[in-house]
Amino acid sequence: MWIDTSALGGLKTAPPAPAPDLTASAGKAPVKTPLLQIERLGKAYVADKPVFADVSFTLDRGEFVCVIGHSGCGKTTILNVLAGLDTATAGHVFMESREMVGPSLERGVVFQGHALMPWLTVRQNIAFAVKSRWPDWSAAQTNAHVEKFVQLVGLTPAIDKKPSQLSGGMKQRVGIARAFSIQPKMLLLDEPFGALDALTRGTIQDELMGIVRETHQTVFMITHDVDEAILLADRILLMSNGAETDQGYKPGGIAEVVVNPLPRERTRATLHHLDGYYDLRNHIVDFLVSRAKAH
Amino acid sequence: MSVAKNLKVRAGLLSGLILVAILGIWYVATASAGGAASGAGLTPEQIEYAQMMGQDPSAKKADGFPTLGQMGETVWSHLSRPFYDNGPNDKGVGIQLAHSLGRVALGFGLACLVAIPLGFVIGMSPLLNRALDPFIQVLKPISPLAWMPLALYTIKDSTLSGIFVIFICSIWPMLVNTAFGVAAVKKEWLNVAATLEVSPLRKALQVILPAAAPTILTGMRISMGIAWLVIVAAEMLVGGTGIGYFVWNEWNNLSLSNVIFAVLVIGVVGMLLDLAFGRLQKAVTYVD
Repeated sequence: MWIDTSALGGLKTAPPAPAPDLTASAGKAPVKTPLLQIERLGKAYVADKPVFADVSFTLDRGEFVCVIGHSGCGKTTILNVLAGLDTATAGHVFMESREMVGPSLERGVVFQGHALMPWLTVRQNIAFAVKSRWPDWSAAQTNAHVEKFVQLVGLTPAIDKKPSQLSGGMKQRVGIARAFSIQPKMLLLDEPFGALDALTRGTIQDELMGIVRETHQTVFMITHDVDEAILLADRILLMSNGAETDQGYKPGGIAEVVVNPLPRERTRATLHHLDGYYDLRNHIVDFLVSRAKAH
Repeated sequence: MSVAKNLKVRAGLLSGLILVAILGIWYVATASAGGAASGAGLTPEQIEYAQMMGQDPSAKKADGFPTLGQMGETVWSHLSRPFYDNGPNDKGVGIQLAHSLGRVALGFGLACLVAIPLGFVIGMSPLLNRALDPFIQVLKPISPLAWMPLALYTIKDSTLSGIFVIFICSIWPMLVNTAFGVAAVKKEWLNVAATLEVSPLRKALQVILPAAAPTILTGMRISMGIAWLVIVAAEMLVGGTGIGYFVWNEWNNLSLSNVIFAVLVIGVVGMLLDLAFGRLQKAVTYVD
């Protein structure tokens, strides 16, 4: 079955393994520690009514995880906590078994609204990131690296243009190239394609998938688009909103973890012909419609 | 394209027409007044008396509103010798202008050095913003010349007092605009800098400064405009040198053609300063 609810319960109780033990036991038992471990995360703006609580999950190396949920369920807050831009009111985040504090170059972020600096060209925008990661590099070294990642997203002809001269899709590609260029241990994407039209979105989804498969990048991505999640994700976290029930207030959180059963070599064009696609899609849509409790 | 060009040509033509009309009115108005001002209506006794008193009615009169021809002569004499120096009260208009521009540059430069860093801090710190706001709001509307007595008393040097007045009047628009520009920098750019672990200094210089530059330049442009307005008045008060003093001095000489020339020069220089800052502003403006 592709509904893996046991992962949730198991994680809540598992304490993070301390780093020294890891190296000692690495030879004997192949204990696979996750890259990222999120434990009982919660965020409350009003003291007794947390937006979400008890959010626990893990991310393995090379895994692509999507989060789906209605707006207001705290998806972006979780991503911002993982990015180090926001703080949770409860819980912990461990990266490679070390508690995470503040933003870091180890986690690249692709922002919802591309967040390119409009006074810099594409080249300069990416160079800004590369220089932050490797301040000691020579100009030629930085430039070569920048050009490599611009080529990766197919924007070499536009490399010396300002963002205002680019289309929405091209801007978002630059944002992706910038995030990849610092070669982070993991990538956080906050609805990167939300503002794009359907055609452009499809193309960039393919590109992103290609780059992620090639670089074995670990990705955590927020989306509203069920098909996007099915196409890209190895696992999909379904989040519910906080709501008043007969038993009192129930905070939002991860209601279910869905493991994508479709073969990893899927493409956007053939996705809907794959066995199990409609079951998976219906399951997620049912969840969003009936159980996630939109506001 | 051709429509825009056409508009430009037509506007230019109209401007030329307006100028001709103004000069025409001037010519007509002064021509009739100049004729009546001769010594024609005087008896020989009166003329003799006037000569004995040191006033020669037959000599060309220097007072009264100048005719277009006299104005042309004045303009030509100034423009042909802008840098002569015949002692304290007789210097070329170029030298006077250089003194004024020097004062403005000093006072404005000092104001930049204070206002931009301070504006940065105010813009980044909501605490300082609130704490300093009452002071800024009270100090901002004070006429710069009202500071003159205090400046003269404390600094005890008229030239430095003039520079101080320029400083105090240019500081506010720059301070307020810088603080506003810095506070309005988009959160997402700061988030980018944060996730890239950019150092505070690099963040200030490479993210906040370029992001706020158009607003800061707007403040500088306003400040420069005010500074140029104020320098003329300040120099009339403190005296000595400068285009403002030149105006006052020529008024005391009752040489209206010199006053008119100086007024025109002040206008043209102010326009050039504004144009220069307009160019700078355009250079740092970005399309978001």
